[in-house]
Amino acid sequence: MAVVTPAPVTNAAHVTHRRRQLAAGGVVLVAVALLPLFVTDIFLLNVLVLTLLYAAVSQSWNILGGYCGQISLGHALYFGIGAYCASLLYVNFEITPWLGMLSGGALSALLALALGYPCFRLKGHYFVIATIVIAEIGLLLALNLELTGAALGIQWPIGDDSWLTLQFARSKLPYVYLALALLAVTWLVTWVIEESRWGYWWRAVKDNPEAAQSLGVDIFRSKMAAAAVSAFLTAIGGAFYAAFVAYIDPDSVMAFRFSLLFALPAVLGGIGTLWGPALGAAILIPLTEVTRSYAGGSGSGLDLVLYGVLIIVVALLRPDGIVSFLHRPTRNRAG
Amino acid sequence: MNAPLLQVVDVTCRFGGLVANAGINLSVAAGEILGLIGPNGAGKSTLFNQIAGVYRPTSGRILFNGIDLASVAGPARCALGISRTFQVPRSFDSMSVLDNVIVGALVRHRTTAAARRAALSTLDYVGLAARAAAPAADLTPPEKRRLEMARALATQPRLLLLDEVMTGLTPTEAQHGVELVRRVRGLGVTVIMVEHVMEIVMPLVDRAVVLNLGRVLTEGRPHEIVKNDAVITAYLGERHRVA
Repeated sequence: MAVVTPAPVTNAAHVTHRRRQLAAGGVVLVAVALLPLFVTDIFLLNVLVLTLLYAAVSQSWNILGGYCGQISLGHALYFGIGAYCASLLYVNFEITPWLGMLSGGALSALLALALGYPCFRLKGHYFVIATIVIAEIGLLLALNLELTGAALGIQWPIGDDSWLTLQFARSKLPYVYLALALLAVTWLVTWVIEESRWGYWWRAVKDNPEAAQSLGVDIFRSKMAAAAVSAFLTAIGGAFYAAFVAYIDPDSVMAFRFSLLFALPAVLGGIGTLWGPALGAAILIPLTEVTRSYAGGSGSGLDLVLYGVLIIVVALLRPDGIVSFLHRPTRNRAG
Repeated sequence: MNAPLLQVVDVTCRFGGLVANAGINLSVAAGEILGLIGPNGAGKSTLFNQIAGVYRPTSGRILFNGIDLASVAGPARCALGISRTFQVPRSFDSMSVLDNVIVGALVRHRTTAAARRAALSTLDYVGLAARAAAPAADLTPPEKRRLEMARALATQPRLLLLDEVMTGLTPTEAQHGVELVRRVRGLGVTVIMVEHVMEIVMPLVDRAVVLNLGRVLTEGRPHEIVKNDAVITAYLGERHRVA
């Protein structure tokens, strides 16, 4: 017997539902913002920054991979472009990383469109392979170009703490709030997209492109738009990361494992959902950071083993991700 | 008779060496229900997909309301007023029933709020309002066919292409389907339906076009078609003809 629950079908009910989501987002935001009152350990604050950063970037990945269904395993490319753009502009021209973020984002969005033009003609696995290969090309270029400092990377100059240069040597707190703001922005963008024309179109493209096309959805433009937004936000994350660690080299921002690390939290938490990436990152990142630090240099593969185990467990038990535990059972199959 | 809404002029469609449609001519008047029938492999689906914009004719023209569809890409045909259903329902399974229909409604509405209102009334129209919040994946096969109809109707089509919507339905469900198609026509929508099940199509359509081996075998009113010798031969073969 189907349980009749008041579902948000009317506009009024839907608006209420959306406001509740926003309120929940606000509560989480405040809760995380208050965390540093209780956590003062530098290592733990570092883990917190990374968790928020990966949540934000995974949220960005989720826009293309989760909502539009175009699985990219090459987002390290956009992350790297953001990191390099901010670093080069700051180190060479003393341009504030804030502008570096935006230009890195714009550059990544443009590149995503240029790459999308040929790649979105590929389907399924072929698209995934193309994203991996292109990101590897980017990594090799960064390793060999003089412009990017090749394998030596780029060291940010040591200066005074400043919100203009995003350099804070004395305290990790500003980075916590910056990463939190980044997550809030990506979450809000996703929240807005969910109730926009693009949001409906992207999910339709993911579920069934032929049917979407028959309903007037321009599949190619949908994918291009999703890719551009996703790449822009990912690059912002990369620029923040560069400012945070103040030293980047190709392997520390563009390696393949970053592409995995952006996809995994969304897959673990719930692909194509509002809370999936944040939830996934909240579980995955602390777990791996802690394993990495306790296992030390000799156990550097242990975190990868952990990802593997987690993904297998989720794929077997909860293919819809951890977030599906939070939903009321709506599956009242008729008949 | 009204001016034709759709004109198919000398359309040929080849797939490599296979000629699926060979010089097909037909026209559909505004407000008409046209049945497109014929045995398997007759070229019904090919013709249907060319009108919907999935395939391009190898030669010949398709005119909708006087506009040559060759210059109108697949998704733009929907905005022009051509909508379709699929033989095997293709619902957006990760979305709710309502969200499925909203995708269609967004062609005609600028905001999602307006699209949601329109989608709800469309769901009500096809009798699926009670299932609006259910995941589309949870619908029964007949409900999925209704959802296909709702989604197509939400785009406010002038021409609705129905691909075997009655196939696999029980007689009662099919009867509901027939009533729905009649009501849709009542809204001023022109309907082309591809069907196998003759006893359902024939009472419903104003006119039927019979395809066989890629050509128009005959066309006419349903009661004429069912008595046509050539049609009986095409469907049942030479030896089943009653002398």
